[in-house]
Amino acid sequence: MLTLQCPYCGVQAEETELHAGGEAHLKRFGPGASDEDFEAYLFMRENPKGVHFERWRHVNGCGKWFHAARCTMTLEVFGTYSAQTSEPPQSIRAAISAKRPGWQWKDFA
Amino acid sequence: MSTRLAHTGRLLTKARQIAFTFNGKHLTGFEGDTLASALLANDQMLVGRSFKYHRPRGIIASGAEEPNALVGLGTGASFEPNQRATTTALFDGLAAASQNHWPSLDFDVGAINNRLARFFPAGFYYKTFMAPRAAWKHLFEPIVRHSAGLGKAPRDRDADTYEHFYAFTDVLVIGGGVAGLQAALAAGRAGAQVLLLEQTPHYGGRAPVDGGKINDLPVDKFVEQIVAELETMPNVTLRLRCMGAGVYDHGYVLGYEQLSDHTPGIPGPRHRLWKIRAKQVITATGAIERPLSFAGNDVPGVMLAASVRDYAVNYGVSVGDRTVVVTNNDDAYRTAITLKTLGLEVPVILDARTKGGGDLMVQARALGVRVETGKGIAKVLGTKRVTGVAICTQAGEGAVLEEIACDAVAMSGGWSPVVHLWSHCGGKLIWDAAQAMFRPDVDKAPTGASGEAFVLAAGTANGALSLGAVLSDADAAGKAAATATGHKPKSDSAPQGETPAEALIEPVWMMPQGAGVKLRMKSWLDFQNDVKVSDVQLAAQEGYESVEHTKRYTTLGMATDQGKLSNINGLATLARALNADIPAVGTTTFRPPYTPISMGAIAGEARGEIFQPLRRSPMHAWHEENGAYWEPVGHWRRPYCYPRSGETHADAVAREVNQTRASLGLLDASTLGKIIVKGPDAGRFLDMLYTNMMSTLAVGKCRYGLMCSENGFLSDDGVVARIDDDTWLCHTTTGGADRIHAHMEEWLQTEWWDWQVYTANVTEQYAQIAVVGPNGRKLLEKLGGMDVSRETLPFMTWADGALAGIGCRIYRISFSGELSYEIAVPASQGRALWDKLLAAGQEFGITPYGTEALHVMRAEKGFIMIGDETDGTVIPQDLGLNWAISKKKSDYLGKRAQERSHMADPNRWKLVGLETVDGSVLPDGAYAVAEGVNDNGQKATQGRVTSTYHSPTLGKGIAMGLVLHGPDRMGEVLDFPRIDGSVAQARIVDPVFFDKDGEKQNV
Repeated sequence: MLTLQCPYCGVQAEETELHAGGEAHLKRFGPGASDEDFEAYLFMRENPKGVHFERWRHVNGCGKWFHAARCTMTLEVFGTYSAQTSEPPQSIRAAISAKRPGWQWKDFA
Repeated sequence: MSTRLAHTGRLLTKARQIAFTFNGKHLTGFEGDTLASALLANDQMLVGRSFKYHRPRGIIASGAEEPNALVGLGTGASFEPNQRATTTALFDGLAAASQNHWPSLDFDVGAINNRLARFFPAGFYYKTFMAPRAAWKHLFEPIVRHSAGLGKAPRDRDADTYEHFYAFTDVLVIGGGVAGLQAALAAGRAGAQVLLLEQTPHYGGRAPVDGGKINDLPVDKFVEQIVAELETMPNVTLRLRCMGAGVYDHGYVLGYEQLSDHTPGIPGPRHRLWKIRAKQVITATGAIERPLSFAGNDVPGVMLAASVRDYAVNYGVSVGDRTVVVTNNDDAYRTAITLKTLGLEVPVILDARTKGGGDLMVQARALGVRVETGKGIAKVLGTKRVTGVAICTQAGEGAVLEEIACDAVAMSGGWSPVVHLWSHCGGKLIWDAAQAMFRPDVDKAPTGASGEAFVLAAGTANGALSLGAVLSDADAAGKAAATATGHKPKSDSAPQGETPAEALIEPVWMMPQGAGVKLRMKSWLDFQNDVKVSDVQLAAQEGYESVEHTKRYTTLGMATDQGKLSNINGLATLARALNADIPAVGTTTFRPPYTPISMGAIAGEARGEIFQPLRRSPMHAWHEENGAYWEPVGHWRRPYCYPRSGETHADAVAREVNQTRASLGLLDASTLGKIIVKGPDAGRFLDMLYTNMMSTLAVGKCRYGLMCSENGFLSDDGVVARIDDDTWLCHTTTGGADRIHAHMEEWLQTEWWDWQVYTANVTEQYAQIAVVGPNGRKLLEKLGGMDVSRETLPFMTWADGALAGIGCRIYRISFSGELSYEIAVPASQGRALWDKLLAAGQEFGITPYGTEALHVMRAEKGFIMIGDETDGTVIPQDLGLNWAISKKKSDYLGKRAQERSHMADPNRWKLVGLETVDGSVLPDGAYAVAEGVNDNGQKATQGRVTSTYHSPTLGKGIAMGLVLHGPDRMGEVLDFPRIDGSVAQARIVDPVFFDKDGEKQNV
C-alpha cells in the first residue's frame, strides 16, 4: 500500500486514505473540439512502465486533490504537488531528472 | 512405532500432562507439545489422506511447511478446518479430527483412486470432462463436488473475537531465530525502534537443535542471554506467536498474532492482525528442508531429517526405533548422530554423494553408524507405515542392492531459504549453484517510496548456512537497517559461531537419477495435492514449458502449504525435463500470506453491526416503532412501506398510495442529498454542472435539473433552489449525495480552480419531510406560522419561516404529482415536526408512506428515477428530457459527448410508457423481442422495461421502458417474453399515466 504526502495538509497518507484519480495533466476538450481530440481526452491514457503523473484525492483526510509523480515499476515517489497547475513544477521535474536521466512523459521532461 | 523418549524434550514441561482427543480417541501429551509431537508420542503416525489418491499420509515436518498433517480443530462455533498439527500448540481438551477420508482414516473408500492412479495423471480433469457436455452437469460435476475441497467449512458463526492493530517502527525483524535476534540486537543497540516477530512460541529457531557453539556458549545459553538483553531495551518490542504474513508496498507489513489459540477461553481477542509500517524490514525467516524424490517418499514414517531431530530433541519423541537417513548434504548426519546418541538405531546413512560428507560423517562413523556413499533409496517398503527401504546406487536406474528393515526414514534434499517475504514486494532471487538454492539477490531488493531498498534478508534466509556465517550476516543486516533509518551502529563485532566443517551439497532431483517410470510415478513432489515427478514430466512433454503453466496444469504448489516443500523440487524436475537450467525456468510467484491466516483476523472488529455502520434519518426510530419494512438505499435504511397487521407489502403500498392521492401522505425525505453551492462564480459553475441553466434561476424559485458525466451519460437529478444572490441549494438522489459532492469538488479543484465557489454537503444537517396530497395545505395551515397559499407559495418556489414554532424552509416541489410541500428543518427538530404533523393530520387520515409508494406515484406521473431509467449508458435525450437541456449554453459537462455520432443516433432506444393488454404487471427488466436474430443467434430485441408497477390509482399494470423509435410508435403492441416462456403483450403509450396536465400539483 502506497504512502503519499498530501501537499495541502502535510499528512503522510496511506492508500486507504486516498482515492486514485488516474492520469494527471489532461487538457479538457469541450464543444467545438474535433472528434479525435475529444476521444483522446475522454479515453486515451498513458500507461507507462516508469515515470507517471497521477491525480489523487486525500478523500479520508483534508479532501483535497493533488498530483503525484512516481515510478510505476519501482513505486518510487518523486514528489507530490498541487493539482492546480497544468504542468509539473520545476522542482518535481528536477527530482525526476536526478533519478531518471532522460525521462519523458508526453510533452514534459 | 513412534514413542516418547524418557529423557529429552527441551520444550516440554513433563510435570503438566494434557488430555486431548484425535478422532474421538482420548490421548495425552505434555505442556509444550505441538499436536503433531503429541500424536507421534501416541504412535499416531497416520494423520490423513492425500487429496487426489487418498493415500495414507503421516506427519512429514515439524513446522509451518507441513503439507500432510491438516486437521479440523474444535467443534461448533470454534470449529476450524485445515489446521496444521505441527504448529498447533497442545492444550487441555483439544479436539482434533483428521480430514479427507470416508468412512474412516484407516479404511477409506476413496483410496481406490490410488489403485487407479495411472488413469489419473496431470490434466486428467481437463482431458476427461470435456465431453459430452451434458455429462458434466449430471455426472461429473456431482462426483467432483462430493470429493472436492479439503476439510469441512464451519457451520456456526465464529464465537471468537479478533482485532486489528497499527504499529510504526524503524526496523521490523521477521523471525526470532539466532539471525533475527542478532539483527534486532545490532539495530537496537544503535538506538533504532525495533519490532521483532517470531511465529513460534520460542526464540532461537532451529539453532539450539542443530548444536554448535556461539561465543563458546551452547546455543541455548546464547539465546537466553540475547533475549534477556533485548527485553531490557526500551526501544525493542518482541512478539512470540506472531507471523510476518506479507510484505507490501512502501514498507507495509502484515503480522498475524495468535493470542489465545494455545489457551482457548481466556478473555480477549483470539487473533490480532498487525498493520505495520516499517522503514526497514529484515527477513530472518530461516530455511526449509527439501524432501528427496524417491519412490514411496510419502509413506507414513518418511520424514524430513531435521524434523526427526526436532521431535527427538525438542519434544522427546522418537519417530521409530530404526531410522534410515538418506541425504545429499551434511546436515542430515546431525539427525543420525542425535538419534544414535539418544540410544536409537540408525541402520544406515545413504549419502547420494560419491565422496560423502565432512566432519559430521567422520563423527557418525565414529559412533558406529554404517555410511554408504553414492547410494540412495530405490523404493520405500510398506503402505500405511514404513517397514524398510530398498537400496540402490544413485547413479543407476534403481536395481535393488539390498533391503534394510526400518520403521522410519529421515530424508534431506538440502535447504531452501524462506524467500517468500523477500519476494512479496518485488525482491528478486539468484540461483546459488554451489549451495543448490535460490537466495535473495541483494542488488534487486524491494524498493520503497524513496527508491531505496527497504528489505534486507539475514542469516539462513539470505543463504548463509553455517552458524558463524548466519551471525555475521545478521549482525551486518541489523547495522545496515539501523544506518538506513538514521542511527549509528556500534562498532562491535558479531558473535562467533562454531560448527563442524561441511562438505558441499550435491543436488539430487530424482533418486536414483535414472529412475524408470514406475518409480517416478511413486515419487512425490507435492504431498498435499498428489503431484509426482511423472506428472511434471508429462506437463513438460505436453508443452507446458512455463513454470506458472506447469503449476496450474499439475496443481503443484497450489495446496494450502503453497508448495513450501515441493516448489524447488518441482521446478528442478521441470528444468530437467525441458533440458534447461534451473534459473532459466525460474520460480512461481510468492504471494502473501506466508501461511494461511484466519478470516476472522482479516475482518477484525468489522463484524455484525459495525461491518458497515447504518445511516439513520432523524425519524428512523419512529419508522422502526411503526413496523417499517426496510429497504437499503446506499448506507441508509428507508421504509419501503409500513405494513399493518394482516397486510401484504403490496396491500400496504396500495393503501399508502390511495390515501396520499385521496387525502394526505407523509414521507421522510431526509436522505435526499442537499449540497450548498455558494460564491461569486456559483451560477457559472452550476451552469457547467447541470444540462439546463441554473444561473438565471430567480431567488426564491426552484428548478429541476439533470447532471451528466463528461461522457454524456445521465448521472443524477434533483431540484435546485436559489437561496440568495450567490447561494444555491442542490438536491441530489439519496444514493448520489456523496458522489455528486465529490464530483463537484473534483471539477472545482482540478479544472476550474480559479473560480470562486464553495460547496458543502449538508445532507445530514437537515431533516426533510414531504407533506403530500390534496389536504396538505390544510394541514400546514392548521399548524400555522406560514402563508402556504397558492398565491404566496406557488409551485416550484420556496420560503423560510416557522411552522408550529419550528424554524423551517418549505419547498413547493412534487415527485408524486400531488399538491406537495417538502419541509426542511434542522436534523434535531425533525422528529418533533414529524410528530406534530402526524398529530395534526389525524383528521385527514394522514398516512406515512414508504419508498415503494413514492416509486409507484412517480411512475404514474412518468417521472424518471436515476438507477431505474438510467444505468450509466442512458443520456437525457433518450428519456425525452430535451426540455431540460439548455440550447443557449455553449458548454456543460457532457455536451460535447452528446454530439458524438452514437449519442446522436436516431436509432437509440427512447423512453415510452407501456401498458399490458391484459392489465397485468410486466416483469422488471424484460426485453421486447423483434423479428430476426442478432449476431449471436439470439432473438433480436427492440426495447426493455426500466420500471414496472401495479398502479393502485389506475388499477392496472403500468411500466416505463426504452424502445426503438418508441415515441413514434404510440399504440403499437410489443411482445415481452417472460422467464417461464409465456409472452406478455404491452402497448406503447405516453409515459405520463395520470393527471397529464398537472392539475393536482398546481393548486
